[in-house]
Amino acid sequence: MARLNPWRWCVLACAGLYFLVPLAASVVFTVDVPGQGVTFDAYTHILSADGFLSSLLLSLELAAATIAAVLLLMVPAMVALRLGAPKLRPVVDVVCSLPLVVPPIALAAGMGTVLKWGPEHLSRTPLFQTFVAIQNPSFPFVLVLAYVVMALPFAYRALDAGLRAIDVPTLVEAARSCGASWPQALVRAVLPNLRGALLNTSFLTLALVLGEFTVAQLLGFQPFAVWIVTVSGSQAQLSVAVSVLSLLVTWALLLALAGFGGRSRTASRG
Amino acid sequence: MTATLPKAGAVPVASMKRRRRAPGWLAVLPLLVFTALAFGLPALAMFNGAFTVKGQTTGATSYSLSNLTTSLHGAYLTALLGSVKLSAVSAAIAAVLGLSLAQAVVTSRFRALREAVLTASGVLANFGGVPLAFAFVATLGNSGVLTRHLGLAKHGWDLYSFWGLITVYLYFLIPLMVLTITPALEGLRSHWREAARNNGATALQYWRHVALPVLAPSLLGGLVLLFGSAFAAYATAAAMVGSSVPLVTLQIADAISGNVLVGQENVALALSLDMVLVAGLVMAMYLPLQRRSARWLA
Repeated sequence: MARLNPWRWCVLACAGLYFLVPLAASVVFTVDVPGQGVTFDAYTHILSADGFLSSLLLSLELAAATIAAVLLLMVPAMVALRLGAPKLRPVVDVVCSLPLVVPPIALAAGMGTVLKWGPEHLSRTPLFQTFVAIQNPSFPFVLVLAYVVMALPFAYRALDAGLRAIDVPTLVEAARSCGASWPQALVRAVLPNLRGALLNTSFLTLALVLGEFTVAQLLGFQPFAVWIVTVSGSQAQLSVAVSVLSLLVTWALLLALAGFGGRSRTASRG
Repeated sequence: MTATLPKAGAVPVASMKRRRRAPGWLAVLPLLVFTALAFGLPALAMFNGAFTVKGQTTGATSYSLSNLTTSLHGAYLTALLGSVKLSAVSAAIAAVLGLSLAQAVVTSRFRALREAVLTASGVLANFGGVPLAFAFVATLGNSGVLTRHLGLAKHGWDLYSFWGLITVYLYFLIPLMVLTITPALEGLRSHWREAARNNGATALQYWRHVALPVLAPSLLGGLVLLFGSAFAAYATAAAMVGSSVPLVTLQIADAISGNVLVGQENVALALSLDMVLVAGLVMAMYLPLQRRSARWLA
């Protein structure tokens, strides 16, 4: 049945054109500046651009914190669901699916409202210090909270798929009967078998945090994506150059993930 | 779990059982507490704020439906309908194009092509946002490469319009559709087609009576998923069009930051609640469809 008919070629050619032309055109746009001829200034100026390094570092720090938080919260809970608390499974299922119903912008609006309670109602209580601390512009912890919530749905699915492939109770029983303590059984018997799922979760979280714009912009912080938009007003070539580079880096990351863990079927629900 | 333990007397087993059950609850607890704080609290605040009105002179707050009423009138209603229309049109187009692409790839003999397209789809579907917007601005924007070289502006092309935005949205919606529909297409058994052929069915009849009914839940599920994805998108639109296309996400951002009118924060929360309701409806439609399509693909 698999004949190479003209229709198939037409579909593939159109798709190829549509998906490749914007990338090629972006590169041309940054290199071929009207009135200046071909120049690579846009790329050489990236490193020295105002705010580039600080915003990129902020994004990377946020990503590291988010990945750590997601794994620390999700892995013990997911393993426990397989071992001792299967009754909690529907609860966790619902909790991890709920963020899909709340679009990021609605989450940001809600978080903004909660943050305003600080100055309005709590200024005399010790909680107020917490509110100030999590909004520290040099490391806004409140963004980590938002990103972990946004990462929950796919982290849940990735880890669940990984755990389904291994027999957790037997692994733990075996480790325990060989004299391992609970933490040892978890870290040395279960986690190595989950390597693929853990990597999957980490990479997808990294991609999410590096590209996230909505929450950060509405809460008034300036990680990478927000910086690109800010700089685009004055330096169009530079912002497109950075966009192209960040597209390529993210794609390289996700392709590495796809190559490493077999074909990933985790469709985003972004 | 205790069944596999050696029978070492009733008392130790019972105590061991108790000792083991505790970590189960304890390990799930941080996750539940975290979501209650980081997700439940903002959600409650949104709900509460959407129904709260602050008296302009007294400053006293009271509960009313006026924010929700405001969010369903005038410019806000236009934006909400604009978002629904944009999402519906782009989801429909992406569903048709994604299905064609997935079909072309799935029935292809070249395994490498299939793997490449599926991997690329996984990458592209996870990608939207600011860089995508700028790539399209550089390509088809007012001073974009294609616009300049092909003279598209003379033909009335405008990236910062309804159809311009759809062109951009398709870039991540089509791959998402390919990812969603490929398992269903792979589940179409070739002997179903052969059986239909043996009974004298034409290709059209096969699609109409066999393939499409089996694919229908997955197709609808994919459509609903694409709609939700396009509906919630903000970054791409914000980086690209500013507010030349009325979209509910852009209105929420404007209302929060007080760009247009001051003191509209609670209307923003009411608009967010409207969005949550639409997204909730979408998920309520998606989950049963997904379960139903899973039945055929076992």
